[in-house]
Amino acid sequence: MAIQFTLNGKAQSVDVDPQMPLLWVLRDRLNLKGTKFGCGMALCGACTVHIDGEATRSCITPISEVAGKKVTTIEGLSAGLSHPVQEAWIELDVPQCGYCQSGQIMSAAALLAKKPRPTDAEVDSAMNGNICRCGTYQRIREAIHRAAELHGATARQALPEKKPTNPGETAAMTSDEPAAVSMAAGGAE
Amino acid sequence: MSSATMKVDRRDFLKGAAAGATGLVIGFYLPSRLEVRAAAAAVPFAPNAWIRIATDDTVTLVIDKSEMGQGVTTSLSMLIAEELECDWKKIRTEFAPAAKEYANPVFGMQGTGGSTSMRGMWTPLRKAGAQAREMLIAAAAEKWGADKAVCRAEGSQVIHTQTKERLSYGSLAEAAGKLPVPSDVKLKESKQFRILGKAMKRLDSADKTCGRAEFGIDVRQPGMLHAVVARCPVIGGKVASFNADKTKAVRGVKHAIQISSGVAVVADNTWSAMQGRDALEIRWEEGPNASLTSAAIGMMLEEGVSKPGGAVARKEGDVTAGFARAAKRIEAVYRAPFLAHATMEPMNCTAHVRADECDIWAPTQFQGVNQMTAAKIARLKPEQVNIHTTYLGGGFGRRAEQDFVIEAVEIAQGVGVPVQVTWSREDDMQHDFYRPASCSRLEAGLDADGWPVAWSNRIACPSIMSRMFPGSVKGGLDESSVEGAADLPYAIPNILVEYQLTETGIPVGFWRSVGHSQNAFFTECFVDELAAASGKDPYAFRRRLLQKAPRHLGVLELAATKAGWGEALPAGRYRGIAVLGSFGSYAAEVAEVSVDKKSGEVRVHRVVCAVDCGRTVNPLTIEAQMQSGIVFGLTAALKGVITINKGRVEQGNFDDYQMLRVSEMPKVEVHIVPSDQPSSGVGEPGTPPIAPAVCNAIFAATKKRIRQLPIRSEVLSDECDLTGAEEV
Repeated sequence: MAIQFTLNGKAQSVDVDPQMPLLWVLRDRLNLKGTKFGCGMALCGACTVHIDGEATRSCITPISEVAGKKVTTIEGLSAGLSHPVQEAWIELDVPQCGYCQSGQIMSAAALLAKKPRPTDAEVDSAMNGNICRCGTYQRIREAIHRAAELHGATARQALPEKKPTNPGETAAMTSDEPAAVSMAAGGAE
Repeated sequence: MSSATMKVDRRDFLKGAAAGATGLVIGFYLPSRLEVRAAAAAVPFAPNAWIRIATDDTVTLVIDKSEMGQGVTTSLSMLIAEELECDWKKIRTEFAPAAKEYANPVFGMQGTGGSTSMRGMWTPLRKAGAQAREMLIAAAAEKWGADKAVCRAEGSQVIHTQTKERLSYGSLAEAAGKLPVPSDVKLKESKQFRILGKAMKRLDSADKTCGRAEFGIDVRQPGMLHAVVARCPVIGGKVASFNADKTKAVRGVKHAIQISSGVAVVADNTWSAMQGRDALEIRWEEGPNASLTSAAIGMMLEEGVSKPGGAVARKEGDVTAGFARAAKRIEAVYRAPFLAHATMEPMNCTAHVRADECDIWAPTQFQGVNQMTAAKIARLKPEQVNIHTTYLGGGFGRRAEQDFVIEAVEIAQGVGVPVQVTWSREDDMQHDFYRPASCSRLEAGLDADGWPVAWSNRIACPSIMSRMFPGSVKGGLDESSVEGAADLPYAIPNILVEYQLTETGIPVGFWRSVGHSQNAFFTECFVDELAAASGKDPYAFRRRLLQKAPRHLGVLELAATKAGWGEALPAGRYRGIAVLGSFGSYAAEVAEVSVDKKSGEVRVHRVVCAVDCGRTVNPLTIEAQMQSGIVFGLTAALKGVITINKGRVEQGNFDDYQMLRVSEMPKVEVHIVPSDQPSSGVGEPGTPPIAPAVCNAIFAATKKRIRQLPIRSEVLSDECDLTGAEEV
């Protein structure tokens, strides 16, 4: 029986085994190959997509669970690399081999949608499920903060442009502040 | 790839590589691919194998090294563009097919490894760029009826310096294509460089930021099927018999066939192939390793270092005499485990075999050998095999092997349509060619002032080269097993380094920095032990012994200075230092570490790295590769171990073979030693010094010596009652 969901803003229907993980539906049925296979056990994060805005490991998500939901993949994150996370990634020369980066970017975008000014600790916590074997972590951290700045800039400085000095202070600074703007987790919806 | 690789010839390699894989014997003729010529013919101006300029001004640069993250797409393009004077923003790149034009100048075969790209391509690619530039200038001069001397090139245009007229490269392409290719061209002086040495951003970032970059696993061909292979869980075992009835009942499964490595299940999607594999009933013939354990392997290696008389890797002076006059003798045994590569992209390959042609799409480091391997299996001539290199989701030496290509060709041959074979993470981890487990027995004699007068190092480990390049192993010496140990840079009058080639039954292969990865740990920790035994500061101790090794000394001093060696640290933090030269480059690292007293947990807070890789090509790449190499080595030091039980690898995925994660990432600072020496590689040299730097910092923190990797926090806890410089 066909399973219906929204994929990158468009209605999608697939007729596959309901147990088939979303990852393989995307890659082998729908030809969206930006989402990567790394471990098959939700241990590495290479397969991260957004399901109703939440960063989700598609390798352990049966397609049946996606019925009626909104799925965003790296291909649907933005038009023309315009998401602040993508802009920051390019500006700071983050990728090396690049294989994990779709997943890293999807996790980072989901983080920033919830926490427009994450602390280092919040970055670590949100990104700890994404392995990068090339060790791009330092630039990933920098790029997430840069994406937060870029997003702040596009939102006409709705948030103060203070550079975090230490994680504790920044947490205090942002935690009580209502987010003046929210970053779209998936731009195409 | 090992630096020793470079000393062997092609014929020897093929014997070895093929023997290790399937027992094939293949020729070594590497043809010039017709498609190179065809591609060149399609554009009017293609003066050499790396440059194509079309009439619409498109400049295409052919990248003949594998892009596995190390940044060659960008750095090789920089070499060409510097001389070609093309518009950097409009460069297109594509990966080279297999052809003799693209043989790696350092080891004579088309492949990427051993941190050779900058060493090998610095001159050929600049020359290629200069050739094209001179031809375009000559074409413009001819059009203008001007002297070439009044013309210059800039931003993909030739400019008449007197009339200020300009002609684009595209408009000159036809005319330039008819001119003879100059063999003798003048290269720019380094002071004229506008690209080389500058922080140029990666050319592949955009593709890798929107999911568009095509890795091997992303290849799709019309009618392509997906395969997975069931391999014997015991290393070296074979299929005795199998029943695929239940497999064939799985939706999407098309075929189940036996191939040389096991049973392949072929389906219309990867997941169905995996489901089908789970349903296979296979009886294995487990072979000679069926009872092999890590404990047994450990004993083989111990035995190897317990006896003298191994192959002599280095002999200087007379160690016996040196020890006889030593005031103090120090001895230690160090051990390093097998390690998996764990590239983020699991092994995979796509093949399409026809009667007269074969296409291979692969994330590969060794196109030259892939072509011949596939030709032999498909019973074709090498020039009938087209190799399409994709992006590599990590390489680290693993993709210099042939196993994934052999499987794809065998399966594609069996089913007659294009097939992509994909390895699961478990397949990848349990059927690797591992970094050799190694054991090192070190002994040193110190004089009355605490300076070393004798150094003996016996190393026992399995040999990579005896499988890959058997002819290079002479008198039982595999140089890759002792690199980083035999080339000890310290001024010690009596040195003996011996090697006991000890085969264990576990296949071993090139792993980022190869022998240096374990030997730096052995030697740089032991040097630290000597400094401690003589009551000297480990930095000052090394410094004095490196007076005649200026490049080691240069990185050591820069790292120590930038790290603030000797200055106070926050409470609970300690420093350790290590230095190593590898692949023509030099790196020193200072690690700042704390050890939790109760749990023994090690936290690395900061790493200051100094690197001398000759003349800087791209500082952004150097920084990225040092960070990358450090994370790779740190992951291994803190977590990495592959163990064997009943001939099986016990680890399978990232739960039991863990990776460093972002929360554990230290702040890494990279400092580059200014140099006019020839450029050398950065893919590997960052890896070796980090394990000893961290272990030496742990000693500073706890007075406990880590002599076995990975570091086990339980032995560093205060509750573990080891005191003094005890072995842990």
